[in-house]
Amino acid sequence: MTATLDTPATGAEPGPEETGRVRQPQRPVLELVPSSRREDVVATTDLTAEQIEELGRRLDAIRDRVLAERGASDAAYIRDVIRKQRALEIGGRALLFAGVLPPAWIAGTAMLSIAKILENMEIGHNVMHGQWDWMRDPKIHSSTWEWDNVSSSAEWKHSHNYMHHTYTNVVGKDRDVGYGILRLSEEQKWNPYYLGNPVYNFLLSLFFEYGVALHDLEVEKLVAGEKPWSRVWQQIKSIGRKAGRQILKDYVAFPALAGPFFLPVLAGNLTANVVRNVWSHAVIFCGHFPTGAVQFGEEQLDDESRGEWYVRQLLGSANLDGGRYFHLMTGQLSFQIEHHLFPDLPSNRYAEIAPEVRALCEEYGLEYTSGPLWKQYLQVLGTINRLALPNGKR
Amino acid sequence: MFRSAPPAPSGRRRLLDAARALTTPLLPEDFLTLVDPLWSTSSLRGRVVARRRETDRAVSVTIEPGRAWAGHRAGQYVGVGVDVDGVRYRRSYSLSGPEGSEHLTVTVQEVPGGVVSTRLVRDLPIGTIVELEQASGTFTLPEPLPSKLLFVTAGSGITPVMSMLRTLDRRGTVPDTVLVHSARTPEDTIFGAELAGLAARHPSLRVVTRHSAVTGRLDPASVDAAVPDRAGRAIYACGPAGLLDALTEAWDGVVAERFTPPARAAEGTGGTVDLGGSAVEVAPGQSLLEAGEAAGRIMPSGCRMGICFGCVLPLREGRVRDLRTGEAHGEPGDLVQTCVNSACGTARIDLP
Ligand SMILES: Cc1cc2nc3c(=O)[nH]c(=O)nc-3n(C[C@H](O)[C@H](O)[C@H](O)COP(=O)(O)OP(=O)(O)OC[C@H]3O[C@@H](n4cnc5c(N)ncnc54)[C@H](O)[C@@H]3O)c2cc1C
Ligand code: FES
Repeated sequence: MTATLDTPATGAEPGPEETGRVRQPQRPVLELVPSSRREDVVATTDLTAEQIEELGRRLDAIRDRVLAERGASDAAYIRDVIRKQRALEIGGRALLFAGVLPPAWIAGTAMLSIAKILENMEIGHNVMHGQWDWMRDPKIHSSTWEWDNVSSSAEWKHSHNYMHHTYTNVVGKDRDVGYGILRLSEEQKWNPYYLGNPVYNFLLSLFFEYGVALHDLEVEKLVAGEKPWSRVWQQIKSIGRKAGRQILKDYVAFPALAGPFFLPVLAGNLTANVVRNVWSHAVIFCGHFPTGAVQFGEEQLDDESRGEWYVRQLLGSANLDGGRYFHLMTGQLSFQIEHHLFPDLPSNRYAEIAPEVRALCEEYGLEYTSGPLWKQYLQVLGTINRLALPNGKR
Repeated sequence: MFRSAPPAPSGRRRLLDAARALTTPLLPEDFLTLVDPLWSTSSLRGRVVARRRETDRAVSVTIEPGRAWAGHRAGQYVGVGVDVDGVRYRRSYSLSGPEGSEHLTVTVQEVPGGVVSTRLVRDLPIGTIVELEQASGTFTLPEPLPSKLLFVTAGSGITPVMSMLRTLDRRGTVPDTVLVHSARTPEDTIFGAELAGLAARHPSLRVVTRHSAVTGRLDPASVDAAVPDRAGRAIYACGPAGLLDALTEAWDGVVAERFTPPARAAEGTGGTVDLGGSAVEVAPGQSLLEAGEAAGRIMPSGCRMGICFGCVLPLREGRVRDLRTGEAHGEPGDLVQTCVNSACGTARIDLP
């Protein structure tokens, strides 16, 4: 089989399940650019256009069912998470005021870290996807939510909800591929700068929230002259305002309020922010870049049908295995595949539909990538190290 | 979404502003309301503290408002947001309590199949938190009071008038007043006993109750028959659209309060939408976003396929049609995705 599936089933024998059906004229189904992982992919996309559209309809049916069921218990779920998150934050900060005592410092920092992770992942990310807009509660709405992060909601909704979710894993379009800093695909032309790939990744992980904020600037577009300086300046001011308030809160106001315990509080807040950054970086990178997750070329976007869009989301994402609380801490991004298929369905529903999506993938012979966090993360690190070098082959 | 509450007094505001440095990007109240939801200063809320059954189909609900509540004038209504199946619905209800009451009371009659009225009448637990809007409406008694009054009401239309009568009763001065009130049956008459009591206490108040199940629907002629000096009276009417239409057509100067919008023309897809202050024609099947952009408006947008919510804008009037389902939907205050909704007759949408 050739690498680029530009001649899928044309002229091929109809499969047993297709006999008797009217066969539509076939057209290229998935045009996968050569990628390091393309061997994994070729076998998984041996589907006809009809099959892909049928898969799309079956996924739509899952979506419709969840939409019809959505109701009071879902609303109670998100309200409960928000309440608990805020209680954790208050508790953590209160304990940190007694942070000269090591157990209080450890417990306070842990609670604050968990609170910040929940706030960014299960609440902020999902609210800003409009997952809870159907409740019509202005307090839990994508248009009003601002998260505890240096990048502002407005900028992030553009770069994440729009750019990343529309162009998932399309190299050159999806700026989450490498965040403009790393080389994460062989499609990104190598240059000596990328020798620092592992180092950049380590720093990005520590300062992830700043990386995300700067990511929104799309500096490469500025360099290419596609974006005016005035727009970038406006964004820099917005990031500055937002970051300023965040820094003031965690590194000035709360420590100052603690008076003589300034340092323990400062250290606790700094640690919580770093823990949150490292964790979200790990979860997010494991959602799209472990072995098995596919990258695409821009040609893929031409005339992409609903079914093909679904298949791209499916193949471009990877899940993480774990228990209930693990899923909660990832903001259900451990169900990255389901999230990418249905980014606006309430996150608490992903666990329930995941088995159905997996079964569909099996039926259609599509790879459903899933694995434990440590394993996926090692794979991501492997890729990052490998791609530091010009033609880093596995 | 309702309009926000008026700002808190300045001393408290300054304290809250300082506290914001500690709670950014949230507001201090987002934490304070964990303790008591009524402590919100940016949005007005209330807690249901009592329910009283008026008839088989009607209940009076008493609500303790947050401190931002500015009170009401007799005859005004309040916006109430209630969650049903996890979704917030906003409806208007006339305040039935007298002016100056600390708590606010609305009296709701069940509309068959109605989302909010059935919830309020049947099972709204004590302690429920509801969203509130400040009282508004011009269906109020003029100052100074007219010397002779006529109220014509039917069904739940009695509620704003009840507030006026209770207010006059509190003040102890009821001018020469006739109330013609119609309900289906005696048992179905909201405030029946209280109205009789008021009439007994105030010789200047005459209450005429009619039962449509017995004597048919109220119309201008039957009111004229019951109130020979109708022509010299200031007239206030509240009830079903049919009654109000007949009264305003028959007589001049009727002040009417409607509980339902006048019948709308056919809800075909497409229409004229007021987008941020100027009219935009939306063709059938065209999205609000496409139409707005074609007309040169600056519209927020993103994926243009309904997934990123980069395009939501508040609907102020009218309804929109979801291009995906073909369904007409929307209430004033709803945030609609302009990329996947078309117009549905006339509507008004705010731009950021
Ligand atoms: C200014 C104002 C004051 C109001 N004051 C009161 C009040 O004091 N007491 C009160 O009970 N209601 C009052 N209403 C009506 C109230 O706002 C709701 O419209 C009503 O309770 C029905 O809402 P629902 O969600 O139950 O029905 P929905 O689910 O919205 O509607 C169900 C069906 O009922 C019809 N319908 C809607 N409203 C009415 C109505 N009022 N009468 C008959 N059919 C209707 C709709 O056309 C629809 O077909 C007032 C309305 C306004 C605009
Ligand atoms: S532009 Fe994406 S939802 Fe409207």
